[in-house]
Amino acid sequence: MKYLDEFSDPELARRLLDDIHQTATRPWAMMEVCGGQTHSIIRHGLDQLLPEGIELIHGPGCPVCVTPLEMIDKALEIASRPDVIFCSFGDMLRVPGSDRDLFRVKSDGGDVRVVYSPMDALEIARANPDKEVVFFGIGFETTAPPNAMTVHQAHRLGIENFSLLVSHVRVPPAIEAIMTSPGCRVQAFLAAGHVCTVMGTDEYPDLAERFGVPIVVTGFEPLDILEGIRRTVHQLEEGRHELENAYPRAVQRSGNPTAIAMLDDVFEVVDRSWRGIGMIPASGWRLSEKYRAYDAEHRFSVTGIDTHESTVCRSGEVLQGLIKPHECEAFGTLCTPRNPLGATMVSSEGACAAYYLYRRLETPTLRPGAAAPKEVTSVG
Amino acid sequence: MAEQVVGAALDFEGWTCPLPLRDSPTVVMGHGGGGAMSAELIEHLFLPALANEAPELLGDSAVLDLGGARIAFSTDSFVVRPLFFPGGSIGDLAVNGTVNDLAMSGATPAYLSAGFILEEGTDLSVVGRVAERLGAAARAAGVSVVTGDTKVVDVGHGDGIYLNTAGIGLVPGGVDIGPHRARVGDVVIVSGDIGVHGVAIMSVRDGLEFGTEVLSDCAPLSGLVAAMLDVTPDLHALRDPTRGGLGTSLNEIARASEVGVELDEGKLPVPDVVTNACAFLGLDPLYVANEGKLVAFVAPGDAEAVLEAMRRHPLGADAAVIGTCVPEHPGMVVARTGFGATRVVDVPIGEQLPRIC
Amino acid sequence: MCLAVPGKVLATWEKDETPMATVDFGGVTKEVCLAYVPETTSDDYVIVHVGFALQRLDEQSALDTLELFRQMGELDAEFGDHWGRAADQAGLPRPAGTAEPASATPEGR
Repeated sequence: MKYLDEFSDPELARRLLDDIHQTATRPWAMMEVCGGQTHSIIRHGLDQLLPEGIELIHGPGCPVCVTPLEMIDKALEIASRPDVIFCSFGDMLRVPGSDRDLFRVKSDGGDVRVVYSPMDALEIARANPDKEVVFFGIGFETTAPPNAMTVHQAHRLGIENFSLLVSHVRVPPAIEAIMTSPGCRVQAFLAAGHVCTVMGTDEYPDLAERFGVPIVVTGFEPLDILEGIRRTVHQLEEGRHELENAYPRAVQRSGNPTAIAMLDDVFEVVDRSWRGIGMIPASGWRLSEKYRAYDAEHRFSVTGIDTHESTVCRSGEVLQGLIKPHECEAFGTLCTPRNPLGATMVSSEGACAAYYLYRRLETPTLRPGAAAPKEVTSVG
Repeated sequence: MAEQVVGAALDFEGWTCPLPLRDSPTVVMGHGGGGAMSAELIEHLFLPALANEAPELLGDSAVLDLGGARIAFSTDSFVVRPLFFPGGSIGDLAVNGTVNDLAMSGATPAYLSAGFILEEGTDLSVVGRVAERLGAAARAAGVSVVTGDTKVVDVGHGDGIYLNTAGIGLVPGGVDIGPHRARVGDVVIVSGDIGVHGVAIMSVRDGLEFGTEVLSDCAPLSGLVAAMLDVTPDLHALRDPTRGGLGTSLNEIARASEVGVELDEGKLPVPDVVTNACAFLGLDPLYVANEGKLVAFVAPGDAEAVLEAMRRHPLGADAAVIGTCVPEHPGMVVARTGFGATRVVDVPIGEQLPRIC
Repeated sequence: MCLAVPGKVLATWEKDETPMATVDFGGVTKEVCLAYVPETTSDDYVIVHVGFALQRLDEQSALDTLELFRQMGELDAEFGDHWGRAADQAGLPRPAGTAEPASATPEGR
């Protein structure tokens, strides 16, 4: 496919890798924020090709992984109702709630449908006027504009049997939370390319300055990721900490102003709890007052939910980059993609799933200084 | 993998099976995906109940001794939706699916049964078209449908038409093909482009439709297998990678034979349009279904001749060597990426679903 | 997050007064909403996420980036890596692990 294939060229990858190898003189730890980047790195084995001291810490950029447990449980409750058609991206279907997932709800008779786009859910609402259609609106800033437009259309076209269950999260507050968390080893960030396609890059220079970390906007194809790493290594070696755009074909400084305007109209910033991490102020979005009628949480009063996480799951530490998946004692034993304890093992680009699927061959040793495994007091 | 207790009574209260089905007390869609959940359902629910002496229950077809003849016997059910899709129909799948399962044992498929489960209210012209395609496919494959059955279920219970076919064929002497027969050093050959059928089906599936000219590769492979057997009767393992794709089939053989499989990602024949469809849906071509392809594990000394014979046959024109069997990581399939790194190719959990991340 | 892929716009049209496009992803076509890049026309490339075009792909920028990658190896072959070059310029010994400059005529890789 044009503009994808060229960015997977192994010969050009070799040149980028050579430059990285020649430039790096000391160990550096950088975090790639976006789960899609994690997936690409592990899938192509790019981290295996880097100089030994360059470490990629996998960040919490997996909206599936960080959707709060309470939200999942609410989704499951709403999806179980007989008058509801519950639409979702495929990613969410196997995410474990407190005691089941959307697949189970479907099996128990719930009308759960996978769609490619939120607009498909709106079409389903149009075609089924006697049902309530709910769309599970998860995602980062990349997915927020499609969801916003869908609600905007519903409002404009008077499609009232449609609502959005909103669980959007924002990247810059997450970067702040990571940099202020004790034990943080991150020295640079590969910023999420498509998030910046929407939002532009103006939220990042201040973060780079405050925390003294290079922030390089990075794409998703192998060459894009290697180029992001290469520029980051150069900055680190040269003692710089600036914002750089290594994905200029898709990212402009001002982002997409039309999309940003729509986000300002449809959403408002709120505090949000990230599964496994905790509450990060101003890190989420909910529907604004104008569109509150389309908020599924508002429309379906969901109460009496008893949420409980697995006590063994350490996905929070994985999401913050404090441990690697294989350093969790449940990894590969109690917790596998077949029987995930937490969302990082379910989502295709959750770090735990990526490690399990692609990396079981290796038996890496524990990093010196990694937190000692917690006492296992009960199972799940 | 936990060992199953074959022959133990199936006790729904206490689950005598050491590794009970953990996911769910009810059937979920993942159980039909051809991946790990399907395998668990078979191993932990069906096999203990059906326990008998036949050893090859997990191959594509069973090879049985009956009155001195070696007969391959296979069955498959077809629940595809939509009934008619680009390049084929449920009728074509029903014939070729069973013909191919028999061919994977090296048998010459001979006779088929066809059971129809029809939903009340289905247009008879639709049933007629399916039957026509079934008949045409049988003639093209050189088999006869000699027995069958029809049942009707209430409206809302049948998705239009469900089909089951079962088939038998004779296995020639000296042929012993099975998933347990791969050996270290074997060459892994795939007969042509992968991922084609799955993309064709997805393009017309509700909620995912997209425009494409991809046609299903649904085809009977018995002729291709016969051409390969002409070179040598000692083919080790054959599989037609349907649900779960090539990745699943390679894992099944790797585990059954206790060998490692090393793949060269760059050698996998994936047509651009399949790569592109998978890119935009977030799927991996290794797990996308095929209906007219096979993967073969062949002794190294026979590989070149078998490959050439495949390429001379219309259904094997694009056959390619994609990997080898190695002593390392027995039971695991590992691929070398285009950049020289490695990644494990695992069995998918249930169905592959499009993703946004 | 953010599985977004580039595709080529084949045709533009309107639905419910919203600009739409048929986009080709290399043999696979899909209906895409252009509300966020309404100035898009046929033959443009757009980045598409869950059925929405988020940005037009800057083709010149893509070509420039690839050209930069291609030149990377050649520059190194001709001048040695930049640390080595800096060391040479300062009259200092070359850092460990850096390449010696190649001969005057750059080798094609």
